[in-house]
Amino acid sequence: MSTVSTAHDFKRNAEKVIADGTVVKNLKAVRQNFIDKRVKAAQGLPEFEALRENAKEIKNHTLAHLDLYLERYEAKVKEAGGHVHFAVDAAEARKIALEICRKVGAKTVTKGKSMITEEVGLNEFLETNGITPVETDLGEYIIQLRGERPSHIIAPAVHLNKNQIESDFRRVHTHLDPNRDLTEKVSLLTEARGVLRERFLAADVGITGANFLIAETGTSIIVTNEGNGDLTQILPKVHIVMASIEKMVPTLEDVSQILRLLARSATGQEMSVYTTLSTGPKRMGDLDGPEEYHVILLDNGRSAMLGGEFQDMLRCIRCAACMNHCPVYHQIGGHAYGWIYPGPMGSVLSPSLIGVDEAGHLPNASTFCGRCESVCPMKIPLPKMMRHWREREYERHLNPALTRAGLGFWAFFAMRPKLYGLATRIGMKLMALASRGKGRFASLPFASGWTKHRDFAAPQGETFQARFKRERGTR
Amino acid sequence: MSSRDTIFASIRRSMGVSGEERLRNAAVDDRLERAPKGIIPTRAQLDAAGKLALMIEKLEGVQATVQKLASAAEVPNAVAEYLRANNLPASIRHGEDERLASLDWGKTALEVKRGPSDGHDLAALSHAESALAETGTLVLLSGPDNPTTLNFLPDHHLVVLKASDVTGDMESLWPRIRKKFGKGEMPRTLNFITGPSRSGDIEQTILLGAHGPRSLHVMIVEG
Amino acid sequence: MDTIRPSVGFAAVKLLEDAGCTVEVPAQTCCGQPAFNNGDRATAKALAMQMIEAFERYDAIVVPSGSCGGQIIKHYPELFADDPNLAPRANRLAAKTHELVSFLTDILGVQAVAAHYPGRVTYHDSCSGLRELGIQSQPRKLLQSVEGLELVEMPHSDVCCGFGGTFAVKYGDISNQIVTEKVTNVASVEPDTLLAGDMGCLLNMAGKLSRQGSSIKVRHVAEVLANMGDEPAIGEAEGGKP
Repeated sequence: MSTVSTAHDFKRNAEKVIADGTVVKNLKAVRQNFIDKRVKAAQGLPEFEALRENAKEIKNHTLAHLDLYLERYEAKVKEAGGHVHFAVDAAEARKIALEICRKVGAKTVTKGKSMITEEVGLNEFLETNGITPVETDLGEYIIQLRGERPSHIIAPAVHLNKNQIESDFRRVHTHLDPNRDLTEKVSLLTEARGVLRERFLAADVGITGANFLIAETGTSIIVTNEGNGDLTQILPKVHIVMASIEKMVPTLEDVSQILRLLARSATGQEMSVYTTLSTGPKRMGDLDGPEEYHVILLDNGRSAMLGGEFQDMLRCIRCAACMNHCPVYHQIGGHAYGWIYPGPMGSVLSPSLIGVDEAGHLPNASTFCGRCESVCPMKIPLPKMMRHWREREYERHLNPALTRAGLGFWAFFAMRPKLYGLATRIGMKLMALASRGKGRFASLPFASGWTKHRDFAAPQGETFQARFKRERGTR
Repeated sequence: MSSRDTIFASIRRSMGVSGEERLRNAAVDDRLERAPKGIIPTRAQLDAAGKLALMIEKLEGVQATVQKLASAAEVPNAVAEYLRANNLPASIRHGEDERLASLDWGKTALEVKRGPSDGHDLAALSHAESALAETGTLVLLSGPDNPTTLNFLPDHHLVVLKASDVTGDMESLWPRIRKKFGKGEMPRTLNFITGPSRSGDIEQTILLGAHGPRSLHVMIVEG
Repeated sequence: MDTIRPSVGFAAVKLLEDAGCTVEVPAQTCCGQPAFNNGDRATAKALAMQMIEAFERYDAIVVPSGSCGGQIIKHYPELFADDPNLAPRANRLAAKTHELVSFLTDILGVQAVAAHYPGRVTYHDSCSGLRELGIQSQPRKLLQSVEGLELVEMPHSDVCCGFGGTFAVKYGDISNQIVTEKVTNVASVEPDTLLAGDMGCLLNMAGKLSRQGSSIKVRHVAEVLANMGDEPAIGEAEGGKP
């Protein structure tokens, strides 16, 4: 099993976040940033739309030949002196990582930001087994101090404000002067840099994820702004890359196309500060770099998505544009989704990986506004795939009985135009009468989810079809 | 059945393939062989002077500092000047790169250290392999000549870039890398570096100097 | 529209007739979007079939709603994609179906309407119309031609109002957060009237505004374009008093 999920409790999670208000407030202060920067970056590159289309084609081609590219990739990694391990599920991925750490007697492990290690719950597992994992991305470091999960896939601490971070630093960095001045954001950054610099130099193993794996050369790529992923992989004796199988791209040229979309869609940069291509361990004569290079390739349910209606989701490059533009995410933040991947991409991916019984709320908690799809650099039809999950839930009778009954009742009439005409004629007349000329209802039975928060406009009385027929007759 | 076999079997079952199909294999080998280029933005398709100008504009746009030098011989003085201007100790570290080692450092009062960084250097000097004008990106390769630790551990990263090494985009870089290392081969690390280190993790405010260098200074040698 | 606000239908008929069209209203129920979006593909298909049969004999099908339009234009072809018999019929219907305002401007070439509506008006871009059908400039262009009307842009007019069909009921608390933010943006430009092209969004925003005690009137864009802006607004009592 992967990291524990509370996705089944989505509604309650969301209600709690809304009632508390802090997350919404913190998000509100920053969320427009992502949107403005992305649009500026996209507009700054005339070829952006054409690149989206090409990136989609590249990834579709790769997925259609995934088995073969994986074989070519594996061979190239080995040729470069690296090791490739295959993990069917989260437990196996954890176990492989632990074995590698144990073999070199590792006490501490530094980590670059990686959603895959979050997915498999690596930190808790290493800790239980006596190895200290140290998150080094500033945002990941902050949430590790708080014992939280990332609330966003590229900005893990986006739900927090500066004051919350300051109090965490004061709570944990007790070796520092308690009277130090942390008013400025940069002093928080400098403090974390100082604390983590020592951890980088002391670590025995560095674990990173991968944004891409290149079949042509057996290369793994990480994209960061801080440089933490690089210090994680060049200082320790051992570099472990944990990545899921769909990270594959065929060639250096192919990844160049997708890199043009990644940073622009994520942070609005043309290029992140550090894009690092790593191939095997250090070479003969190299004066730095890891002595061992391991790649753990994780499936964890992805191979089952191939060839089906959710395959397109495997094009995802984890840029977070979808959640950055999601009106639902904006109101509840990432934790409410209850598992690792929040926002629209998570609402499609999570049911695939942890089951629709557990994550069934997620694809339903969307207004289908379509903004996610419109900004997705890989043109993933996110609303369409959420709808596919709803279809699966409907087929399996997983959606609430009341919704089903309501829909069934409505469908009964909608399928019978004459009856529908009669029922709506009577219904609207009754509703109009019941509103007693006020024009609206402040409460309605069966629609309390609506009228708890807003009024319901009363119908004008006669239906359009009835009045049109009355005035004009039928032809 | 090994996990490897399980995963391959599952992929192939989902896709209804065996992995033996001649056409599929040919498609894969063909793509790996041809490495088609895709869409190249017109932005950096310029003559040498245009690329250089764009490179400088983009570097400054990502908060790097840029200095043009008429020849490599000016590098030692420029380094000394940079350190002085930034109130740094007169000490610099670089790797085995002959283009740096052969310079006349004796005419400066600098302490010149060689080899990788152990995390206690304030400034280091690297020689870039190339640069991408499209985004103001430096290309650095690992190896004894320019150890990767120099790119990340010191507070100040100084980089020498030959103007003639500036290329437009990644797609123009790859043939050069293949020529140098062989088709399908790569150095241990290829770093694309676009500005000094930064983080936006505190309330999305961009702050420079997260874990890597706080400053990136590029000396472009035109001669 | 048919049930809650028939005046929208009459506004559509007027606009089409003014532009020289002959309008017929065959007996109909629903395009099936609620079933489609709730995962009930069978019912969605059955209703789509009913629609196709009722409408395929016309030259053009015009819908005063971006989301119903989107359902027919974008999703009917998808629903029948793997049915060789019905796919051509669904595709043909999709090809001649249009959202009302874009039909007026893009197909009929209407440049201006003969309407009068005094007041400050702001327009919300309904998601389906905007992102599925590309409706953004068309209603604004026609609104500019309405005499006495001052069009003001609210911040983030392209962001969802939080309706989302059954979403508004199933996830009422989240929906409420979204619509609260939406009406805050609406109110920030101090309009007299809020317009949009989709009944769902209109009912949602009108319901929130009236719950907050706002005096901002809410109408379907067609009503104003058809010079029928003197009907009581959505959720407004007869005689115009809130």
